[in-house]
Amino acid sequence: MTDAPVLSNETAAPHGSTPIGRVLRSVARLRRSRVGVVGASILVFWIAVALAAPLLAPFPPNQPLQPMAPPGTHAVGGTGVFWLGTDHLGRDLLSRIIWGARTVLVIAPLATLSAFIVGVSAGLIAGFKLGWLDELLSRVTDLVLAFPALVLYIVIISKFGASALNIVLAVTLASSPAVMRLTRGLVLELRNRAFVSAAQLRGESLWYIMVVEILPNARGPLIVDACLRLGYVTITIGTLGFLGLGLPPPDPDWGGMINETRQFALVFPYMVLFPCLAISSLVLGFNLLADGLRELSLQD
Amino acid sequence: MVKLVGRRAVYMAATMLAASLFLFLLFELSPQEVVVNALGPYSTAEQRQAWLLANGYNRPASVRYFDWLGHFMTGDWGRSRVLGAPVAHLVWTRLENTAILGFWFFVFLVPLALGLGVLSGMREGSPLDRIISTLCIVSASIPPFASTVLVSAIFVFSLHWLPGTSSMIDGFSYRELVMPVLVLVLYDFGYVARITRAAMSEVMTTAYMRTAMLKGLPHRRIIVRHALRNALIAPFTVLMLHVNWLIAGVIVVEFFFAYKGFGSLILEASLGHDLFLLEACTMVTVAIAVTTQTVADLVYVYLNPRIRFR
Repeated sequence: MTDAPVLSNETAAPHGSTPIGRVLRSVARLRRSRVGVVGASILVFWIAVALAAPLLAPFPPNQPLQPMAPPGTHAVGGTGVFWLGTDHLGRDLLSRIIWGARTVLVIAPLATLSAFIVGVSAGLIAGFKLGWLDELLSRVTDLVLAFPALVLYIVIISKFGASALNIVLAVTLASSPAVMRLTRGLVLELRNRAFVSAAQLRGESLWYIMVVEILPNARGPLIVDACLRLGYVTITIGTLGFLGLGLPPPDPDWGGMINETRQFALVFPYMVLFPCLAISSLVLGFNLLADGLRELSLQD
Repeated sequence: MVKLVGRRAVYMAATMLAASLFLFLLFELSPQEVVVNALGPYSTAEQRQAWLLANGYNRPASVRYFDWLGHFMTGDWGRSRVLGAPVAHLVWTRLENTAILGFWFFVFLVPLALGLGVLSGMREGSPLDRIISTLCIVSASIPPFASTVLVSAIFVFSLHWLPGTSSMIDGFSYRELVMPVLVLVLYDFGYVARITRAAMSEVMTTAYMRTAMLKGLPHRRIIVRHALRNALIAPFTVLMLHVNWLIAGVIVVEFFFAYKGFGSLILEASLGHDLFLLEACTMVTVAIAVTTQTVADLVYVYLNPRIRFR
């Protein structure tokens, strides 16, 4: 059976052909936005650093070598140079920042992804089914959003303890309601469009309609939100580390590095300066990329 | 309007109630955890048993919840185990200090952020707009904990202009308030300015702005009379909702500068496993958040005649 030619444009969900083609096309389009390119470059830089950590780091990140060496000091025994200096326990800062990129670039995307899986599914169901389920999900969302995010993290971490898994779960709990609200709004706009009715008439299942017809057409705002949220989550993980509620030592995490060395900031400002720059640049990368993507979506 | 206020009030109460139930289930469902928190991990089994009986923890959880809620609503929030003082007293004195911090924060934030947002939204794409937008996105990307360290590295450690702590040991001092306020404003103005810019540039493209321009009104008058009034509705509600967001910044700043405020109290409660204090603090933050949300909604309706008269 073939669709009538007049309807075929409207009843086929308006998204691209193959997944790879679509990704390539979005990358090509991103080049039109200067902020987007800057943001993406910063992210690519940090991802490369995280992937190549074992090759790039000049020293083992957790090994005490030579306490409080200023940047550029040659290590005793000629094993190398402490380009960014060492911290109060004598661990090489450059190596810790490089390995710390791994920590944050694993936990932040994982936590954001988990929040999106929960939030997007709940938003799809609530916006498409409506009725009591929508009412229930919306009320739960309101409740969670009534807690300031950091307070919610503090409450959860103080109850269940600090670990990577608990941070991921806490971020999921605190962020998914906002994602759900956004998705629900997008679904409400799309659910009465012709391609959804067409899919319903074809007898497609509920999941098919939500995932294959509606979701790809709601992806624009969701991707922008994901970039912004990655930035927030990075800040959050850093903040928890800074407050002493983050990942347990000794593995490097940028916020924790600032917390451990901040009492030496008076004499050795470089100890806190470099982790601060690292985390700020990563967040800036996420924010710029989000900005570039939003700019592009407004052009269409 | 009266009906709306009433509905919002009921909704506020329901949210608070749900939040209290959530906290109770999280922290007080298991009496064993409560008693270990209260007496410490080295207390004996007999001591724990006696404490549980004396404090009524042998009753079923549902009874305990309503009892706890009753005490909470009448202002009896228990005693802080770590700080050794009534929780209610601690919370109110610390809230006062944070209110001072918040007041000065808003005094500096509002003109700065709204001013920059209006300036850059007036001519979208102009060089000034580009400079301001870049400034805003950079400032919003530096996490508050990083800016506390960076700003104090400049003003405290290098220039020696300002004190590095704000504990106010020798009485209240405005000099000690400068750094916390500065850090909070630095982190926040970018976000608010961007919202203002978006609202302003939207207003600039409306039909009534074009009419005003074609009528030949002076540019100043168009901006002040026509554009600002409509452009500032959205930023105002954002500012109110921002109180919720501000709490996170306040926790970090108060912790770093040792300011005796509400934010550092929450953190002390959490790090010291001070259960009653943590419960009370969390409920207070929820109350603050829900109240400001409600006020923001009501003011939005009031300011926007298109919704008010519907």
